[in-house]
Amino acid sequence: MAHADTHAHAHAHADDGHDAHGHAPSGIGRWLFATNHKDIGTMYLVFALTMFFIGGAMAMVIRLELFQPGLQFVDPGFFNSMTTMHALVMIFGGVMPAWVGLANWMIPLQVGAPDMALPRMNNYSFWILPFAFTLLLSSLFLPGGAPAGGWTLYPPLSLQAGDSFGLTIFAIHMMGASSIMGAINVIVTILNMRAPGMTLLKMPLFCWTWLITAYLLIAVMPVLAGAVTMLLTDHYFGTAFFNPAGGGDPVMFQHIFWFFGHPEVYILILPAFGIVSEIIPTFSRKPLFGYESMVYATGSIAFLSFIVWAHHMFTVGMPLAGQLFFMLSTMLIAIPTGVKVFNWTTTLWRGSISFEPPMLFALAFLFLFTIGGFSGLMLAIVPADFQYHDTYFVVAHFHYVLVPGAVFGIMAGVYYWLPKWTGYMYNMKLANWHFWLSTISVNVLFFPMHFLGLAGMPRRIPDYNVQFADWNMVASLGGFAFGLSQIMFVWIVVKSVRGGGVKASARVWDDTVSEGLEWTVPSPAPHHTFDTPPVIK
Amino acid sequence: MANVHAPQGDKYYIPHGSPWPLFGSVTLFTVMIGAVSTMEGIGVGPFILAAGFALLVTLFTGWFGTVIRESEAGTFNLQVDKSFRMGMMWFIFSEVMFFAAFFGALLYARQISVPWLSGEGVKGAVGQLLLFKDYAGGWPTNGPGALGPRADGSYEIIPALGLPAANTLILLTSGVTLTIAHHALQAGKRGVLKVFLAATFLLGFLFVGLQAEEYHHAYTELGLQLSTGVYGSTFFMLTGFHGLHVTIGAIMLLVIWLRTMNGHFTPKRHFAFEAVAWYWHFVDVVWLGLFIFVYWL
Repeated sequence: MAHADTHAHAHAHADDGHDAHGHAPSGIGRWLFATNHKDIGTMYLVFALTMFFIGGAMAMVIRLELFQPGLQFVDPGFFNSMTTMHALVMIFGGVMPAWVGLANWMIPLQVGAPDMALPRMNNYSFWILPFAFTLLLSSLFLPGGAPAGGWTLYPPLSLQAGDSFGLTIFAIHMMGASSIMGAINVIVTILNMRAPGMTLLKMPLFCWTWLITAYLLIAVMPVLAGAVTMLLTDHYFGTAFFNPAGGGDPVMFQHIFWFFGHPEVYILILPAFGIVSEIIPTFSRKPLFGYESMVYATGSIAFLSFIVWAHHMFTVGMPLAGQLFFMLSTMLIAIPTGVKVFNWTTTLWRGSISFEPPMLFALAFLFLFTIGGFSGLMLAIVPADFQYHDTYFVVAHFHYVLVPGAVFGIMAGVYYWLPKWTGYMYNMKLANWHFWLSTISVNVLFFPMHFLGLAGMPRRIPDYNVQFADWNMVASLGGFAFGLSQIMFVWIVVKSVRGGGVKASARVWDDTVSEGLEWTVPSPAPHHTFDTPPVIK
Repeated sequence: MANVHAPQGDKYYIPHGSPWPLFGSVTLFTVMIGAVSTMEGIGVGPFILAAGFALLVTLFTGWFGTVIRESEAGTFNLQVDKSFRMGMMWFIFSEVMFFAAFFGALLYARQISVPWLSGEGVKGAVGQLLLFKDYAGGWPTNGPGALGPRADGSYEIIPALGLPAANTLILLTSGVTLTIAHHALQAGKRGVLKVFLAATFLLGFLFVGLQAEEYHHAYTELGLQLSTGVYGSTFFMLTGFHGLHVTIGAIMLLVIWLRTMNGHFTPKRHFAFEAVAWYWHFVDVVWLGLFIFVYWL
């Protein structure tokens, strides 16, 4: 694919109305008033990491309480707040901003653009987030506590929240606005800012999966905004959208919510597909098998994601035809996903494989995400779902696709590109330790939840029958180990940012197959790259 | 400036750092805090909300003012122009999806939840037996509980062929006047442009005024309010959000009219004009959906 002659650090700004700037501005203004995609990307990533630890602390509270049966540490209301807030913080504060951060850093570098297409809006979409999460997290300190009805905000339960209700809704509105702006920026950057010769089918797959993710975001975040607005007016202004006495229906909320919610889970995972599709070829020293089929598979998954939503709500009571339709359409997703797993595996086939940290995370992703995919297929079977619904089996399923899926994808991406950002290799030995500790503990944490769920343990409950005690204790131990392991990640990243140690080359991984234009600029990437477009051969 | 008409890909434009995004975040935060405390009945709420709206006006004036000055100084090349266009189109797509959620709610209530509540199907029959024995369903409805402001649960609705039909004509006419203005702009006929653009936003504000009159009538005389069951909810949320969008669109039209009076826009380069025109046609189309599904059928 694309190889380029670059003029990465040419400063050809003679007469276009602003100073030549090869250097980063100094002081706090660099961050507050940023228009540089690398600075904004860094802010997104730091924000996401912070939220991972806040959401992670909430998970620790949950696992602590569930360490043994009985009520030990927190009261049930607070426990429910923790499960609700853990999800909201991790999804909207952790994973999504991490992806936007990676998109900010890498998409302009990969398509040969000098920056994101709409740099000021880029900064706006970032700065909304700290304020949105201030609103959301402040609800912990209000009368009635933080929202405790689950992150899905199902009425009528969610409508019974305390004073925090409006804050939660408005925080979600702000996060949605941020996501929509971020997504518009990604789409416009990819469609309008590619270097001459960088045709769509020459783009690295991370750009492709993000392009499709951005489309999903723009299509469904407004629907979530609509759904929570209806909650807001039902709560404060006496509308009857979800009130049967007025002709409404609480199940209608579930339909609207999951019309957003199912594409949302692909929003969380598609960029990981892109990253894995770049890492596996690099460390197998082979071009990706089936590049175009990867693109089409991603598009198919995105299309199908709009017509499967009701598999989240089989048990609410829907017509048989509805159950059949949503069961079958859900199973169809296994086809394009299978194409992807097949392509990754085939790329590995007879490759000259080496096991650097990004590759380790990508391989763990391949195995563990697939486990989550299979349990998803089990959940798609309507009669089986009647047993699994709202049990720890569901919790195990979505944590497998989100933690060793999405989060491992983010970590693989960070370990892949960190030397490009900082100019220094990080401590490989420590990163290997981080990988093995994370991978072992994440399985100790989540695999037993399958057993708990099949045995009938319900989710979102602070206490449980003693028959579930053993596996809960194992899961909690795995949880504490996973949480502690992540401190290593911070240490490794901070050490690399502060410099010292082995300098990274422009290509970083000294392979011959990685094709993104990011490998044609020096490491660290200069503050401004591609001021004039590179020529793609 | 030298690069106004630079061919695409010749040189990229990157704006300076800007305080407006951070200012905008503080603005949103203030509006949200003000709205929450107002709804929760906290005394200072309305004042915070008012401060938030003042910040909002400052934000739009300042941020868009900066962009307009840059545009008039010829800072933006054709590639930036295209980025703006694409950004606006995707923004409008997001708005379409926002309205889709409310249209979806209307459709669901009419086609699914109300028939079930009135006993259709197996589950409906059970509900009818246990909960709502006398509820006949149909549309419009304020539900088995006959919710609404009047003690007897009665209410009247607004017939499609009165004021809503007039409003339809007004909006459709405004679409025509806007197109005439656009053609005049492209042909360099500034006089025609100014007159028809003015006619467009005046029609827009007339629409909003009539809509306000209709709301007043509904609230004070018809017993039709937000709380009048699912009919009132869908009616006011759909027409209300549409009215809000018409108001915003009319203000945008007013702004580009003022810019026209100041000699802005050329026959070939007038992104802001086109963006506002797209937006206006979008609210037009949404209205047609409203007229058919909310007022008429």
